[in-house]
Amino acid sequence: MHLSESVSTGFFFLAPWLVFAPITGLLINAIFGKYFSEKVVGTVASLASGAAFVVSVLLAYSVSLNHGEVVRWQFAEWIHVGTLQLDWTFRMDSLSTTMMLVVSGVGTLIHIYAIGYMHEDVRFKHEEGRFTRFFIFLNLFIAAMMILVSGDSYMMLFVGWEGVGLCSFLLIGFWYEFDTLGRSSWANSNAAKKAFITNRVGDFGFLIAGFLMFWYLGSFQFDEVFKAAPAIAESAPWVIVAITLFMLVGVAGKSAQIPLYIWLPDAMAGPTPVSALIHAATMVTAGVYLVTRSAAIYTLVPQAQYIVAMVGAGTALFAATIAVGQYDIKKVLAYSTISQLGFMVAAVGMGAYVAGMFHLITHAFFKALLFLSAGSVILGLERGHHAHAHHAAHDDHGKGKKKEEKNHGHEEEHGEVFDPGDMRNMGGLRKTMPVTFWLYMIGTLALAGIFPFAGFWSKDEILLDASLHFPSVYWQLTIAAFFTAFYMGRQIWMVFFGEARSDAAKHAEESPKVMTVPLMVLAVLSVVGGALNLPFEGFHNLGHWLGHTIGEVEGLPLNLQVAGISTALALLAILISWFLYGRNPLKAGQIDPLKKPLGFVFTGMENKWFVDEGYFAVIINPFKKISAFLADVIDWRFWHDFVHDTVILGTYNWLSEIALNKYADQKGIDAFANWLGTATQSVSATLRKLQNGFVRSYALSVLLGVVLILGYLIFK
Amino acid sequence: MNSVPVDYYVLLSAILFTIGAMGVLIRRNPLIIFMSIELMLNAANLVFVAYASVFKSFSGQIFVFFVIAVAAAEVAVGLALIVQIFKAKKNINIDELNSLKG
Repeated sequence: MHLSESVSTGFFFLAPWLVFAPITGLLINAIFGKYFSEKVVGTVASLASGAAFVVSVLLAYSVSLNHGEVVRWQFAEWIHVGTLQLDWTFRMDSLSTTMMLVVSGVGTLIHIYAIGYMHEDVRFKHEEGRFTRFFIFLNLFIAAMMILVSGDSYMMLFVGWEGVGLCSFLLIGFWYEFDTLGRSSWANSNAAKKAFITNRVGDFGFLIAGFLMFWYLGSFQFDEVFKAAPAIAESAPWVIVAITLFMLVGVAGKSAQIPLYIWLPDAMAGPTPVSALIHAATMVTAGVYLVTRSAAIYTLVPQAQYIVAMVGAGTALFAATIAVGQYDIKKVLAYSTISQLGFMVAAVGMGAYVAGMFHLITHAFFKALLFLSAGSVILGLERGHHAHAHHAAHDDHGKGKKKEEKNHGHEEEHGEVFDPGDMRNMGGLRKTMPVTFWLYMIGTLALAGIFPFAGFWSKDEILLDASLHFPSVYWQLTIAAFFTAFYMGRQIWMVFFGEARSDAAKHAEESPKVMTVPLMVLAVLSVVGGALNLPFEGFHNLGHWLGHTIGEVEGLPLNLQVAGISTALALLAILISWFLYGRNPLKAGQIDPLKKPLGFVFTGMENKWFVDEGYFAVIINPFKKISAFLADVIDWRFWHDFVHDTVILGTYNWLSEIALNKYADQKGIDAFANWLGTATQSVSATLRKLQNGFVRSYALSVLLGVVLILGYLIFK
Repeated sequence: MNSVPVDYYVLLSAILFTIGAMGVLIRRNPLIIFMSIELMLNAANLVFVAYASVFKSFSGQIFVFFVIAVAAAEVAVGLALIVQIFKAKKNINIDELNSLKG
């Protein structure tokens, strides 16, 4: 281990602990977890993640001491082949430390929350032994994410990129033998596979970009690539365009952009802390980080930037419309995440890297808050459902607790399955779950972009940038922002206002402190997070900070027109949502009031614009048909039946039966052996006549023989 | 002594040998056959001694002693066999002794 540059003031030597602190926690839980109580397991995991956060803080402080200079800390040599020099080097600059802070900070809060959440989740699923496994996966995720953001080369970033993909897969399929409602089914593991395979398409793009980069720019290391890129951009601009666009495929996979966003809504099959940590706050922003990190390349090719911006804006708008038609509380947030990621990608595509990163940070705060609050709501309903079911069973039978549990299980097996995530089953929760309600409100206002919450500042900065450079992107994003406010309003009215539409909602219970306290921290951050980069003279802190890494950008002043339009639209959207869902609260079993006026448009929104069906029709079904054809016709009928059975087996049979058995064996060897026998018989039959038993004839023979021999000897 | 040429001895020996051989082939009585065999042996002995005297060599005469000794042994064995065959078969006709017929 040595510093590759001379700067050494600060805590850079701690860098490996970014990865090894969570790894240590993981190992402790993996080895000794079975002897620990749930509290100890959760504490170990949270401390491990917290240690990574402390290291991140120290590193960020050290970077600021060095005025944002890049510091590399080579930890290990990895691959040295020819001109390829890959090392595991930690890169500390303002951008990577920012990501570290977000990942480990939000991650630690979610670890703490998960102690409470998983405690109940594993009990509702009757799988208490799986508690430890969850925290092992969470720590593994933190480690992988740290490798991703601290890597000094595209390949080291890719290692983390794949690592978080693996953790995502493991955690989506955490309840692999159930569906989201706890029935036994492979739905969750299918969702995990869908996420993994879709990401594989994106990784393919990333790898192609990496290969092109190495082939034409000669390195994977960030600074070397950035140094070599301008010359290539002069001589062969298509190379840079290809690299950036293939990289965009990777970004679309990981950050859930059109056309690869389809995995993210299904990823909600994972436990809610996972949805918050991986599929909202951190992992999915890896694509945004990648583009920001590659700013030096992207700025060379405006065409590619334009495509990135259009993909982001399109995704933002498209996903926002789908979110309007969803009934599952987590699905709404999932599409909202896709939409917000679209905002970020559009921002970094436009070159507004600071705005993109700013939104990434604030989004991590308020989306984690929303998801975790949604988890609290779901568990609250689950508690209500169980308490009510127990209550009813108690009234009917008055039997022991175990029996009730059993009855209850049966009821779930046979009767209608209760979906604690369906907003149509909620309503009126502001009375039963007041803390969660207020936390959710803060998250919603931040996401909807209401002044002065964090989302207002970051979203506004993106819109402002777009309005100056890309009017079409600006309009798409503005409409998306309108939808955002609308679906969040709809959600608030449906979940927390009106009357309870199910017994579970009526009996819902507030979550314990271990869950609500981390939420309060996130809520505070969601309120004040905007202070990171206020659009006033002297307040562009994040801009200056990131400027050390991605180049100083001019901080834009607040534009009252842009801010006014977006705020007005957001307020209007909330008003419309109140008009539809708040004024006349939904009754149990009532269809969505939007269905009538919008008709088939709403059906489209409800069904996610049939994109999944489209993928099935265009890719998956033909793929299945081709594989069925290959399996049945090519493999089975041609190779097995024809080649193996007919040609090879037939030839072998013919050869052994006809050629070897009939001809070589029977007519060759057998016949020879038989001939030997018969020949001997016939010869001896002739010869035995000589043996006539008359001694005198023998004597005569002897005499004749002697005479013959003597005659020969004499007359020769 | 050397008035009789050796050719006569050889001729006499040939005649004796032929008589002996014919006796062996024609007669059925084993005793007669034995005598014929003796005749053949002594025909050979005659040639041995005749040439021994011609070539002034003792080896022929020594050979004759061996032949006489072997003939005596042969007769002893042969007669014993004949006695045993007669005991078993009450018959010594040589043509009846054909149990080795193929």
